[in-house]
Parts: sequence; structure tokens; C-alpha cells
Amino acid sequence: MTLAVRNDLSMTNKPARRKTHISEVVAETLIRTSGLSTIAFILLIFAFLAREGVPAFFEVKADVLFGTRWYPTEGFFGLWPLILGSVLVTVGAAVLAMPTGLLAAVFVAEVSPRWLREIVKPVIEVLAGIPSVVLGFLGMLMLSSLVRQVFNAPTGLTAFSGSLVLAYMALPTIISVAEDALDSVPRAYRDAALALGATRWQTIWRVTVPAARSGILTAMMLGIGRAIGETMAVMMVTGNAARIPLTLDSLMRPVRTMTATIAAEMGEVAQGSTHFHVLFAVGIILFVITFLVNLAASLAIFQQARRAERLLS
Amino acid sequence: MTMLVSTCAASSAATEGASAAHYSIQNVGSDTMVNLALAWAEAFQDEHPDTRIAVTGGGSGTGLAALINGTIDIANASRQIKKEEVDRAEANKITPVEHIVARDAIAVIVHPSNPVEHISLQQVSDIYTGKITNWRQVGGENRPIVLLSRESNSGTHVFFLEQVIRLGDSKSKVLFAPDTLLLPSSEGIMAEAQQNPNAIGYDGLGYVTPAVKMVAVARDANGSFVLPSIESVNNKTYPIARDLYMYTVGRPTGQIAKYLEWIAGPAGQEIVAKLGFVPYDASRP
Repeated sequence: MTLAVRNDLSMTNKPARRKTHISEVVAETLIRTSGLSTIAFILLIFAFLAREGVPAFFEVKADVLFGTRWYPTEGFFGLWPLILGSVLVTVGAAVLAMPTGLLAAVFVAEVSPRWLREIVKPVIEVLAGIPSVVLGFLGMLMLSSLVRQVFNAPTGLTAFSGSLVLAYMALPTIISVAEDALDSVPRAYRDAALALGATRWQTIWRVTVPAARSGILTAMMLGIGRAIGETMAVMMVTGNAARIPLTLDSLMRPVRTMTATIAAEMGEVAQGSTHFHVLFAVGIILFVITFLVNLAASLAIFQQARRAERLLS
Repeated sequence: MTMLVSTCAASSAATEGASAAHYSIQNVGSDTMVNLALAWAEAFQDEHPDTRIAVTGGGSGTGLAALINGTIDIANASRQIKKEEVDRAEANKITPVEHIVARDAIAVIVHPSNPVEHISLQQVSDIYTGKITNWRQVGGENRPIVLLSRESNSGTHVFFLEQVIRLGDSKSKVLFAPDTLLLPSSEGIMAEAQQNPNAIGYDGLGYVTPAVKMVAVARDANGSFVLPSIESVNNKTYPIARDLYMYTVGRPTGQIAKYLEWIAGPAGQEIVAKLGFVPYDASRP
């Protein structure tokens, strides 16, 4: 009650004080503009992407654009190999990184002794700081020959190598965010479960992990988000062959992703040419895919939050 | 802006003659040649401190486009100028003049353990279009063939497509097989070729490292198989060789002419050999 009164008093004082504090006004405007500028920048990027990319859909016939051959210097602009290549590498990375990331987070948060946790957590955060070019270089020189020998593939520069590198890059994000989510589950939940006679495993699997579900989902999305947009490392280890990856052995064959295509070809393409517009169209498709993934994740988290509210009330 | 600078330099050279004038040469073009052009420029500037040569890569097309727009003095190209480019230049009242400054051989490379020593151009073409998919079919082990190439924007890629895969037939429409690995750099090709026994690749002789094996190539099945070298390129027995060009606006004069003469001379051609390219021997055209 007293608090509210005080608030009222300060409110009435405000006009008088504002005159003396120009710096406050300046700071407020600055913060507001920088906040709004983010939106402005996104709109500008989107407008630019649309202006350069949309003409591609008119310049190139639909059957060419959705053909199966990508060889832009000779007029083959088939996007399917690129789209499927990106999807294959990303899904592969998700399949590898999600379960391992979750298990690692559970270990760090719930199972490991305190001293081990003090070591493991910072080490994982250092992992996140390794530049992707370095990982790509290691992947190209060491991982690729290992993959070739272990799986007896014709070459080690494969979709699987790309997935492995991407999974490795997504893991630190997944582990540290998921671990934070598990850590913030109230102590009382675990105590209650143990008091009811649940084993440690049952407590973790049936109580703690479900309670932290929305945080874990965020962790997965952040990790996979990093994987979809990654370029350098992927370009160095996937071989960049624009083939349609629909056969069973495709995981052990080279693929060409959308990001690698843009990075490799944008540098020398003539500005304003059809090839230039198609590369921006690839950017639009990439943008739409990322947007859909983010939207799906937000919806899932939102629904879970509502469900959790219902359960608690 | 660059145009302004170069015309200033040209006019001052004309009025003041060869006194303490400051010469500026703008040189743009082929990525294959960029290291070579830089080495030339550095050595020439050491001998002529009054001359500044700015070298930029970007690709043969980029260099020729800049030359046609009149913004540079010399364009480097790893291919000959196209008819359309000459037409566009003439519409701009510019006559591009060609100078052959060096030669380059494209070596076909494999893993050191690969027993294949000889290959014909037709076989290389069939391998890269996907007709031949196993080393056994060209006298090697029973292994799948993994195709390595530079990215499609590289001049080397275009030359290989036209002269080897299409065997010089300009009406041919065959392409690289979709399975071809397009690697972003020469280093990527060398790294994969030296560790993968299934691989076949190609690159300029100057980029080939001792850790990979070069294959002798014959023009046709009955021809003799030749390894790429300075000798075999200059006597025209090695089939996958090309000239490297510099293009100028009209007949070069003043410092630009001096620079091109110096490149064609012993000092310039020594640098060519040092960087692994083939010196141009005018006596054997």
C-alpha cells in the first residue's frame, strides 16, 4: 500500500524533474530508436531480398527452376538438389545432436557430481567459441578420411560429414541452454518425486525433464537454427555436388546445400543477371524455411506454456 | 575514380616525359593469374620505383568487363576474349589488344597409390560426364571414381569443360556429371586427391603439390601419353594447355608498353617458371 502511494507521489513529481534531466530524454530516445531500428533493418533486408530474388521466378521457367539439375553457367537452375541437400544435412545434424545434447544436459544438471560439473560446463562453453572455419578445416582434413574408411564410402566429403560437423556446432548451444532449463526446475519437484518412492531415473525422466520441456525445446531450436544457416564448415566438408539426395545411400554421398551455393557463387556472378536473381531466390527460400522452423518452435512452446498453466491452476 | 587516376597519370606522363613522373597502372582480372600478376608487379616496382601497379583478382570476365568500361589499363584473362566482348568494346570506342604473357598446363591428378599411369582425353571426358564410373574401366583397381572439380565460376573449370569434357567441340552440350564434387579452392582439391584413392582431379600445373600423382594424357587413343611440363607444353605435345593473356586498350604506349616488354623478357618469364606456370617461348609459337 505504502509503495503504491510513493509511486503516485513520484508520478506527480515527474514533469517538474524532467526539465532538469535532458540526459534522461536523450537516453530514452536512443534506446527506443535502437529498439525500433532492429525492426527497420529486418524490413529493409526483407525488401532487398524480395527486390533481387523475386525476378528470378519470372525470368526462369517454373519447370527449370524446379528441375533436378543445378548448373547455373549453362542455364540449369534446378533448385531441388539444393533444397533437399540442405534438408538432409540439417535433419542429419538434428538427429545426431538432439538426443546426445539432451543426455549431456541431463548428465551435467542431474547426475554429475558438483566438481565435475564445474569443469564440464565451462569446457562446453569454450566449444561454442570455436570458429566454424576451423571446424570445417579439421573436418576436411581428418573427419572426411575417417568417414570414408569407416563407412567404406567413395569419398569422405559427404552429407553425413556435414551433419557431424553441424551437430558438433549445435551441441554446445543445446547442452548449455537445456542444462539451464533443467537447473531451474524447482527443487521441490524432485524432492516430492523421491519422497513418493520414485527412483532417481524415474525422477529425471518423468518429472524433471518434462517440467523443463519448453526450455529444452528452445535449446533444440537454437541449436538447429545455428545448423541451418551455417555455411563455411558445410561448404568445406560436404563436397558440394548438386545431386538429388533421394537414394538410400545419399547420406554417404556428397550434397550441395543452399548456403554453400550462395557463398560459392555470389562472388563472381554478374550483378543483375538471371543467375544473380536466382541466388537471391535461394536466399528467400532459406529465409522462409528458417521462419517456418522458428514459428513452429514458438507455437509449440506457447502451447506448452498454456498447458503448464492449466496443470498448475 | 580509378579512371580519373589513370588518365591523370597518362596525361602527366605525356607532358613531363620520363622525368620524376608518377606512373599508375590498374591491373584487374583472372584469379588463376592473380599471384603471377602480383609477383610481376612487385618485381617491376622494385626496378622502377616511380611506377605503381595495382593488381586485383575477380575473374577473367570481371577484368575484361572493366577494360571495356575503360576503368583499367590491363586486364588479365585465362581465356581468350569473346566475340561479344570485342563488340561491346568497339561500341565503347576501345580496341582490346591481346598479349600472350605465359602458358599454363592443366594437370590431371590422382592419389599416389593409384596404378593408372596413362589416360586419353576421351577417357577423361567419359569419366567426368559419368560414362565411366569405375577405375577398372581405364586399367585401374576395382574402385568407384570420385570426380573433383573447381567451382563453376573458375576460369579453369570453364576451360576444362570446353577443351576436355566437350573435347573442343563448341556445339557439344555435355556437362560435368551431377556427382562431381565442386570444391571451393585448389587446396581442397589437393587435400582430397592426396588422401582418397578413388579421386580424380585437375588443376593448373602451378597448384599441383608433390603429394599427388599426375597422369600422362594423350590427345587420342593412338597418340603418345605425355606428362605436363614446361617442355611438353611448349612443344605442344601435352594436350591440356592454354595461353594466359593480358589485354590492353589499343597498342600500349609509355610505361604500360615498358611493363609488358619486361614481362615478356627474361626477368618476367623467370617469375612465370618460379610460380609453376610455363614460360612463353616466342620461338615456338
